[in-house]
Amino acid sequence: MTSITHHIPDQLLLDYASGRMTEAFALVVAAHVSLCDDCRARLSAHEMTGGAVLEAHDSAPLSDRLRHSVLSQLDDAVDDAPVYQRSSIFPAPVMEALKGRPPKWKPLGRGVRQSILKHGKSGSVRLLYIPPGLDMPDHSHGGLELTLVLQGAFSDEGGRFGVGDVEVADHEVEHKPVAAKGEACICLAATDAALKFNAFIPKLFQPIFRI
Amino acid sequence: MLAVRDKRDKRAFAALFDHFGPRLKGVAMRSGLSSGQAEDMVQDVMLSLWRKAHLFDPTRAQVSSWLYQIARNRQIDILRKENRPMPEALKAESEVTEESTSEALGLEQEVGALKAALAKLKPAQREMVEKAYLGELSHTDIEAETGLPLGTIKSRIRLGLEKLRHELDGIRKP
Repeated sequence: MTSITHHIPDQLLLDYASGRMTEAFALVVAAHVSLCDDCRARLSAHEMTGGAVLEAHDSAPLSDRLRHSVLSQLDDAVDDAPVYQRSSIFPAPVMEALKGRPPKWKPLGRGVRQSILKHGKSGSVRLLYIPPGLDMPDHSHGGLELTLVLQGAFSDEGGRFGVGDVEVADHEVEHKPVAAKGEACICLAATDAALKFNAFIPKLFQPIFRI
Repeated sequence: MLAVRDKRDKRAFAALFDHFGPRLKGVAMRSGLSSGQAEDMVQDVMLSLWRKAHLFDPTRAQVSSWLYQIARNRQIDILRKENRPMPEALKAESEVTEESTSEALGLEQEVGALKAALAKLKPAQREMVEKAYLGELSHTDIEAETGLPLGTIKSRIRLGLEKLRHELDGIRKP
């Protein structure tokens, strides 16, 4: 928990807190925050501000029926949703996306494997397994890419990324990651669906990435 | 909130409902929900507060920040049919000690300062903060532009987390 040097930029933490961020990226943020107390504290500060905004917000009167309905349900038994725990290298939100099962790896060639967790029109998120020492072919992507290291390490133009580190790359970044020697590198990587922008994504990241 | 958590006090819960319910509805309607949908959301959020109260830790959260989170989750679910992955929950310190009480009090004071700063913002800045936190616009640096004291709150929570990790380590390595 001490060696994380690449964090989630503040704007992305705020986009997560406010709910603007799509599910694929939000999974990477939730997984990083699970590993990084510094980002957890920054996120909490944003949530406090969100709470203050809520408290200062204009009210809308509630119907009498609602109060009665809520108070009468307090003693109802509820089925708890399953709570997933961290398992080996995978933080709880990743285990949740895996529904508690080990990843289903599919080969991509040269020993690289992937396991897609979510794929939709607003983006996709996957686990990547890269054998030690392998250089990944330069990959291009349409918009933003967030990569969180869960095991091993990789290096590229942005520096060295070890367990818990997040790389934030946009389409302007030349991206030629090389996995460190030793242990295989396992990452959680989210991208917005390339070439299939809905209006939401470019608007979301325009201020920082000038798409 | 501690009465709700520790004593399952329904009257205390009703007071939280009366205070926050109408505000939650106001925020929900602002995002385009009908009055009926907004009330369904208020119901889900407030019941969730009651059912998850055991996870509440006043040294790291406030009732309002907790409700904010839960409400954002519900709203994403209703408006976008998406789930929002949440970070691993940390164990709440259930024992109320003198130290944890003073930590919680310290955080409350900092949040008080934040609320005061929010209330003093010029209307345009305040609107920007509202829009950013209610997901209507993306923003780069709220703290630098508005002077809201987010850094002090972050530092306090950070210290609390360090202490918690320290205690957990102590339990793991007897």
